[in-house]
Amino acid sequence: MIYKIFKNTLLTIFAAAVLIPSSIVVLGSFKKDVEIYSKPLALPDSWNLDNFRTLIDSGSVFTPFKNSTIVAVSSVFFTILFASLVAYAIARSVTVSGKVLFGLFALGLAIPGQVNIIPIFTLFTDLGLNNSLFGLVLVNIALTLPISVFIISAFFKDLPKEMFEVASIDGANHWRVYRSIAMPLARPAIGATSIFLFVINWNDLLYPLMLINELDKKTLPLTLIDYRGEFATSYSMLFTAILVASIPMVLMYIFAQRSFIAGLTAGAVKG
Amino acid sequence: MAAPAFALYSFLYLYPAVTNLLYSTQRWDGVTTPEFVGLKNFQNLLTNDDLFLKILGNNIRFSLIVVIFQTGFALLFATFLLKNTRTNIFLRTVYFFPTILSSVSVGLIWTFLYDPNYGFINAVLKAIGLDSLAMNWLGDARFSLYAVALTQVWFHTGQMVVIYVAGLQQIPAELYEAAEVDGASRWQQFKNVTWPMALPTTAVVVAYTTIQTFRAFDLIYAMTSGGPLNSSDLLVTMVFNTAFVGYKFGYAATQTIFLVLLVLLVTYLQRRVLRIDDGTKK
Repeated sequence: MIYKIFKNTLLTIFAAAVLIPSSIVVLGSFKKDVEIYSKPLALPDSWNLDNFRTLIDSGSVFTPFKNSTIVAVSSVFFTILFASLVAYAIARSVTVSGKVLFGLFALGLAIPGQVNIIPIFTLFTDLGLNNSLFGLVLVNIALTLPISVFIISAFFKDLPKEMFEVASIDGANHWRVYRSIAMPLARPAIGATSIFLFVINWNDLLYPLMLINELDKKTLPLTLIDYRGEFATSYSMLFTAILVASIPMVLMYIFAQRSFIAGLTAGAVKG
Repeated sequence: MAAPAFALYSFLYLYPAVTNLLYSTQRWDGVTTPEFVGLKNFQNLLTNDDLFLKILGNNIRFSLIVVIFQTGFALLFATFLLKNTRTNIFLRTVYFFPTILSSVSVGLIWTFLYDPNYGFINAVLKAIGLDSLAMNWLGDARFSLYAVALTQVWFHTGQMVVIYVAGLQQIPAELYEAAEVDGASRWQQFKNVTWPMALPTTAVVVAYTTIQTFRAFDLIYAMTSGGPLNSSDLLVTMVFNTAFVGYKFGYAATQTIFLVLLVLLVTYLQRRVLRIDDGTKK
């Protein structure tokens, strides 16, 4: 009995701790500042889109939204492409080269990506890749390759080797086996990894902060940081911007909860 | 087939890591010609930099708090939510939700909650008559680190709950049944079945959380930028400031190398401790 009360109290408190701030943000984006301060959890006096209109009129939301989409989608696509090729090469290798390749990428798991901020900054300055979305995509790919190789390799390792061999005997070359056997089989691992990568790339602040300072190249997290200064006294605008920046993730989470949770958990466990 | 990936990875991961080692032996502002100083940066860092020691202390405290509370809550909630009932699945989904938000969004939301004048936390405290407890949570050097740590725990506990649930569901039900037949209380069941059986999962959760806390940047940058008076400054925010505010590129590179060594050491020690622990239980 006491156990039940204890359990239910704790569970309720933590659920409230998640739901209350989320509700404050959603409701707040329809409110004026005064309303947020006086009654943060009440329904708005009137449901209007004034804040959203102001945000759009300020001209500072479409561009970062577009930039974040371009960066996240291309980073995920190329990381998955490259990582699955590496994982395939490792899985099919009969010599020691596969182990060496795996070892080199495993090294990347031991060196946190944050460590490279200074050399990457100087390298990108030399190459003129600062303020370039292409540059950001390159960094994202390089930083997330080790973990992606790791996850996809682990998946390939669990597949029976015969799957690949039979196709090879039938005369299919490596590209064909990769495309029509390995990739379709790896779909669950690829799906989970893609979600994991998408969340990381969509949300990242450190590298954009360091590499991007032109207004028309900024990604959403950078823009949010700018809003913090700009709307320092206006939480209603800040909440509206947070809501807009989170919409893609929230929609994906609602419609693909299971793969989302699986993806982010795989990233943590395997990492 | 691995060639394009390998080229990119070498160029933007391995090569920079080597350049970084070189930078750590230089005095360099990022613009003028670098000056070779040997191991002087390392010497300064370890013997002559009070701010670094303070921030290292901050980061260790931050890591301990987050690891202990996040792991503890996650294990507790996972034991509560172990069965796949509708309510439990719903609650797990709710708890996991913050994980999908960006650190910046989370940081800004909590900046509002902590706001000394308009914030939700102080409003609640005042409403229940605890006016004296209403503090300037992020603006006071006594509280800022703990306030940020609490946000981090809020942010990732749900993710760890899911990892624990997956681990705990592997424990054979017979073990609990046997314990119950022996008349073991809930606490004894937890102590003698759940805890030892969950150790491998705990090892994963603790290792992941520790690394996460030593890599923390986005959340701190969005909430306090390390302030006030460096009270919530952590190692990565320190590196960022050393390089891009102080323009000491060589010294910042030295700091990152310290960070790598520290992370490797902590990971190694944790693996050893948790493995030994695992061994004695067998």
